[in-house]
Amino acid sequence: MYKFFAQKNNLIGWMLASPLSLVLVFFLICPIIMIVIVSFWGATEFSIYPAFQWDNYEFLFSSPVTYSVFFKTFMYAFITWVITLIIGFTIAYYLAFHIKSLTWQIALFLLCTIPFWTSNIIRMISWIPFLGRNGIANETLLGLGLISEPVEWLLFSDFAVILAFVHLYTLFMVVPIFNTMMRIDHSLLEAARDAGASGFQTLVNVIIPLCKPGIMIGSIFVVTLVMGDFITVRFMSGSQSANVGRLISNDVGLLQYPSASATAVVLLLTVLITIGIMLRFVNIRKEL
Amino acid sequence: MERRSLSFYVLTFIFALFILFLYGPTITIAILSLQGPNGGLTFPMNGMSLHWFYDLFEQQAVGDIWGSFRRSFALGFLVMVITVIVSVMGGLAFRKKFKGSGIVFYLVITSLIIPSILISLGVGLIFNQLGWDVHWSTSGLGSQLTWTLPFGLLIMFAVFNRFDKSYEEAARDLGASPWQTIRYVVLPIIGPSLIGVALFGFTLSYDEFARTLLTAGSYNTLPLEIFGMTTNVTTPVLYALGTLTTVFSFAMIGTFLGIAVYMQKRKKRLGSDANSGMV
Repeated sequence: MYKFFAQKNNLIGWMLASPLSLVLVFFLICPIIMIVIVSFWGATEFSIYPAFQWDNYEFLFSSPVTYSVFFKTFMYAFITWVITLIIGFTIAYYLAFHIKSLTWQIALFLLCTIPFWTSNIIRMISWIPFLGRNGIANETLLGLGLISEPVEWLLFSDFAVILAFVHLYTLFMVVPIFNTMMRIDHSLLEAARDAGASGFQTLVNVIIPLCKPGIMIGSIFVVTLVMGDFITVRFMSGSQSANVGRLISNDVGLLQYPSASATAVVLLLTVLITIGIMLRFVNIRKEL
Repeated sequence: MERRSLSFYVLTFIFALFILFLYGPTITIAILSLQGPNGGLTFPMNGMSLHWFYDLFEQQAVGDIWGSFRRSFALGFLVMVITVIVSVMGGLAFRKKFKGSGIVFYLVITSLIIPSILISLGVGLIFNQLGWDVHWSTSGLGSQLTWTLPFGLLIMFAVFNRFDKSYEEAARDLGASPWQTIRYVVLPIIGPSLIGVALFGFTLSYDEFARTLLTAGSYNTLPLEIFGMTTNVTTPVLYALGTLTTVFSFAMIGTFLGIAVYMQKRKKRLGSDANSGMV
């Protein structure tokens, strides 16, 4: 009897999950398999042909460009991660513990969230009048007498790339951390205070440990988004900087799909390993 | 009332700076889009006019802005509807804890963290090798779903984790069939959250760039069109377009939030009077 119900449950479960599974199999699994296959193919200037050769990987790993580009990708990811974590935690902390009324919490939370639903490309373009040679930042600094001539490295530089990443992705930190903070039982904080903990001690010994799942989820989001990005780097660095995503998109532009695929496979493995390491610290599914 | 501590004021200041950081650039290009006909991409303002907005409605030298807007809108709508339906079904499925649900869960997470360009490249290659034409409504649609469905599903997880199962048990005890339970009990309760899923579905699709890059075919979506413009348009018409799309996004967000608030109120009004004493 029990077995019958379990089987029925499985059947209904699979029927309900089938549209989801079909989409993911055809548009996620198949593309990954295809990329792995094509990464062993060969290419002429105009077309690609089936083969089984390690040339693409050999070329990738023998080129010094690859290593510097991977290094840059990690660098962007790490710096962005640190900055978004600090800002994201501060903002979430403010919303969760300093705003007392739920209505205000929701209102301010939405205020932070709305830009996430607008176009990333336009949000990148919006930095031009700020950072350009004659932009607001330079004019202001000149006006204040802090610099004597316009700073050139504001736009189209690593600085601009990271600024844009922080601008675009801090929200991915705020939301999960805020979510875990809102579920912290306030009596725990009172207990900490009664036991004589200072505000700072409560933060370090009570709040941060309890926020760990949110911090991990936010970190995974930010790190994967930055590592997989190619458009922010291309646009904000004025094509002067490259990360792995750009390496792939450049190859695609040259119709070198096999070598693009090989790079993509290595990128995917890198991202998965990074996430695997991060996931060891938290069980996402339990924490939602 | 408790006296506010110093840290409250410091944090309020930081929060205000953060909001300025988020919105400042958008507001700046909104102002600059009102440049006079001779205005440039940065300050100072060279007169004030709607010149660049008029310019958007003229015949364009490059690209097809309005066509791409229509396509993006249609695609966003399709993605939204599919995301809502498939996410609800998926959310219900995961509550059954069916055998193999772990695998599907990991697929969903993979879909969320995989670099967008891999989807774009892989789907493009498959269509290419099968001899199919990539088109925004087929390959583009599928690629975008790999981005919107995980978000929809995560929202559903969050919703169902807080869902009180006793409502369903009560419905079952009163003789409701499984379908009736879903239609008359579960869906009305989770309704406002579905608006959230719809909002994610539409906006994420409407703004998607990387996954559509190699899968949209010869008819561009709006973000692709805008990106194309960044390389060859050097007038404030770019800002005018950016401002217009942002205003459109705000209007959509406002509409969705309005519906959600309305549904929440309606739920309160028509919902249970339990706990309110004798009525």
